Amino acid sequence: MSYRVVVGQGSCGIAAGAAKVYDVLADALSQSDVTLHIAGCIGMCWLEPIVDIYCDDALAMRLVKMNAEAAKAVADACKAGDLSALVPYAITEEDAAFLSQQTRIVLRNCGIIDPESLESALQAGAYTALSKVLSAEDGMSPEAVIACIKESGLAGRGGAGFPTWFKWNAARQSAGEEKYLICNADEGDPGAFMDRAVIESDPHALIEGMLIGAYAIGAKEAVVYVRAEYPLAIKRLNAAIEQARQAGFVGQNIMGSGFSCEFRVKAGAGAFVCGEETALIESLEGKRGMPRLKPPFPAAAGYWQQPSNINNVETFANVAWIINHGGAAFAAMGTERSKGTKVFALTGKIKRGGLVEIPMGKTLRDVIFGIGGGIRDGRAFQAVQMGGPSGGCIPAALLDTVIDYQALAATGAIMGSGGMVVMDDTTCMVAMAKFFLDFTAKESCGKCVHCRIGTKRMQEILARMTEGKGEAGDIELLEELCLAVKDGALCGLGQTAPNPVLSAIRYFRPQFEAHVMEQRCPAHACTALLQYHIDADACRGCTLCAKKCPVHAISGEVKSAHVIDRSVCIRCGQCKASCKFGAIIVE
Amino acid sequence: MQCECANRSSDLSLLDDVLNAYAAVPGSLITILQQAQAIYGYLPMDVIYHVADKTGSTPAKVLGVATFYTQFRFQPVGKYLIMLCNGTACHVNGSERVAKAICDYLQIDDGGTSADGLFSFSIVACLGCCSLSPVMMINEETYGNLTPEKAVSILQTLREQEGVS
Repeated sequence: MSYRVVVGQGSCGIAAGAAKVYDVLADALSQSDVTLHIAGCIGMCWLEPIVDIYCDDALAMRLVKMNAEAAKAVADACKAGDLSALVPYAITEEDAAFLSQQTRIVLRNCGIIDPESLESALQAGAYTALSKVLSAEDGMSPEAVIACIKESGLAGRGGAGFPTWFKWNAARQSAGEEKYLICNADEGDPGAFMDRAVIESDPHALIEGMLIGAYAIGAKEAVVYVRAEYPLAIKRLNAAIEQARQAGFVGQNIMGSGFSCEFRVKAGAGAFVCGEETALIESLEGKRGMPRLKPPFPAAAGYWQQPSNINNVETFANVAWIINHGGAAFAAMGTERSKGTKVFALTGKIKRGGLVEIPMGKTLRDVIFGIGGGIRDGRAFQAVQMGGPSGGCIPAALLDTVIDYQALAATGAIMGSGGMVVMDDTTCMVAMAKFFLDFTAKESCGKCVHCRIGTKRMQEILARMTEGKGEAGDIELLEELCLAVKDGALCGLGQTAPNPVLSAIRYFRPQFEAHVMEQRCPAHACTALLQYHIDADACRGCTLCAKKCPVHAISGEVKSAHVIDRSVCIRCGQCKASCKFGAIIVE
Repeated sequence: MQCECANRSSDLSLLDDVLNAYAAVPGSLITILQQAQAIYGYLPMDVIYHVADKTGSTPAKVLGVATFYTQFRFQPVGKYLIMLCNGTACHVNGSERVAKAICDYLQIDDGGTSADGLFSFSIVACLGCCSLSPVMMINEETYGNLTPEKAVSILQTLREQEGVS
C-alpha cells in the first residue's frame, strides 16, 4: 500500500493558500515513502485548498479547506497508514455532488494530472489522438480530421458558436504557402476563467488539439495568445511546449510523420478588444489591437495576410477527445443544434462556485441550483449574467431556459465564453448595466464613432441614474443609443456592447423607472439614493454606531434612541454594519 | 529638435540583449516593450525613442502601441504594485469598498503611488480568480476573499516587512 498526496495548485488554489500547504507537506513527508505531487484546478474553488490522497492509484480521500495545521495531520496520517483522523477534513457528500453531476471532457484531466509533468499527461492519454491522426498505417488525412470535427458538431467555444470544421476547412482550402494556427487565450470577459484553468491544469490537451488543428489546415506554425494577467498559465504552457518538443510532439517531422509544427506563446498586453480575432491578429503583428474590416476573413488573409485559423482554448481542448472517441460520440451529447459540453465559470452570489462542465441541453436551473447549490446566505435569486460585456442578464422567470446557443440568444443574453455570474436581490440592475458600460467605454479601441462616443454617452446616462439625477426620457434615450451603437460598430465588441443594457431594461424596467422617477434604488445598492435612519423602538442607545460614524452624523444619549443627521450622513453604511440590534433602517 | 521628455538618462545598454534578439523580428514590438518594462519598471521616454530608433519605427508609432495597452506604464511604480480586480464577480462581491479602503489607507487614487514610494495602486479588469472574489494581485501574488479590513491588513504587513510603520 502506497500513498500519493496531491495538492491542487491552480492560481485560485495558490491564492487560497495551497502553496503553503504544499510546503508543509513537503517538509513533513521528505523522509517517508509517501509521494507528494501537484495538480491543477479541480474546479471546486470554494473548497480550496484541496488535497487528494490516492492509495494504490485510487482516490482514497479528498480533503478540503486545508491549512498548515491540517497539512501536518495529513502527513502524520499518511505516514502512520491510517487516514481515519482526517475524516473531519473530508469533503461532504453534498459538496462532492458538485462534481458528480458534471460531464467532463474539456476538464477531463484538470485537477487530476500534474500539469508540469509530461509523463503524468501521457499516463492520462495525452497525444494518443495525435498519434492516431499521424499514424503511418491507418492515420487520418486532414480532410478526414475535418470530417470528424464536422460530424461532432463542435462550435466555437469563445462565444460566437461558429462551426469549427467550417473555419478549418476554409483555412485549408485557402491558397497560400504559409498558414497559421492561432489560439485565442485572451480570456478577457470579466467573470470567466475557464481557459486559464485548462492551461494551468492540462496544457498538453491544448497543445495536442492545436497540433491536430494545424495538421488539418496545413499550418506549420502555431501561436498561443495568452493574457499577460495569467503568469502561471504562461509559465506552465511554455514548460509544456518545451517538454512536447523534447519528446518529439512539437517541431520538425513530428512522430516521424513528416508533419512539422512550431509553437510560440505570445503574452497579450491588456486590451479586451484583442479577444476579437482580427484585433488579436493586429496585436500579434505588434500593432495597436484595432479590428480589421471583414471580409477578408482570417481564413483568407489573417496573420501577416496569410490564411489563418483562430479558435479559443476550450474549442481546442475538445479536439483530442473527439478524435479518440469519434465525432458521433460528441454529437450524441447536447441538443439538436448545440452539441457536446460547455464549461462555465460559476461565480457571484452562488453557494458553490467554480468550474462546471455539462452537456448542452441542461437548464440554467440545473446548473445554478442543482450543481451550484443556489444562492448564498439564503437570499433570493435575481438574475444570472452570461456572456460578460457582450451578453446579458437572464431573470428568474427564465431559469428553465435550456443551455444551447440558440435558446440563450433568444433571451437577449449569449452563451458567451462561459462566464456565469449569479446575482441576488441586493444587486442593482441599473448599477450592473453601468458597470458593463464603464468597462466597454474604457475598452473601446476608438476606431468607430458609435462605439467610442455612444458607449460613453450611455455610461453617463446610467451614471446619473445611479446618482439620483436621472431625467424623464432617459430610458428611451438609452434604448435609442443602444440600437445606434449596435448598427454603427465594426466589430463584435461594439456591436454587442449595448446587450447588457438592453437586457437589463427588458427584464428589469421597473428598477430603471424607480431610479429615474422616484430617485429610489429598490436593491438598496446605489449609495447616493439611500436614506439611513434609526428605528427608535429597536435602538438600545448602546452608542456603538455613533462611535463608528466617520462623520459624526449620529447623536443621542446613552440608553436612549439615537438619531442620524441626514444632511451630514455620507451613507457609508458603517452604522448598519456595527448595529447589533438591527435598528438602522435603509430606504 | 527633440522634445525635452526624451532627454532622460536611462541606461539603454540594459536593452541590448532584448533588441539583439527581437529588433529584426517582425511583429515583436509588444514583446520588446514588455521586456523593457520588466527591466526599467516602466517605459521611460528615452527608452521609447531608443526602441523606435532600433526597430526602424518612429517614436509616435511606438508610443501609439504602448498607450493602447493597459499593461504599459509611463511613470515609475512603487515596489509593490497592487492590482485590484474589478471583474463582474469581484464587483458583485464588493470590490468597490475594498478599493476605497486601500485608497484611504495609502492616501492615493487609482493609478497613484504612495508617498513612501512603496505601493502603487491600480484597478484592473478581471484577473480570472472569480471564485475568490474580491481579489487583488500584489506583484504576481494573488490574495482572495478580501474585505476592506483584510486588504488593509495585508498592506500593513507588507509595510512592516519593509520596516516602515
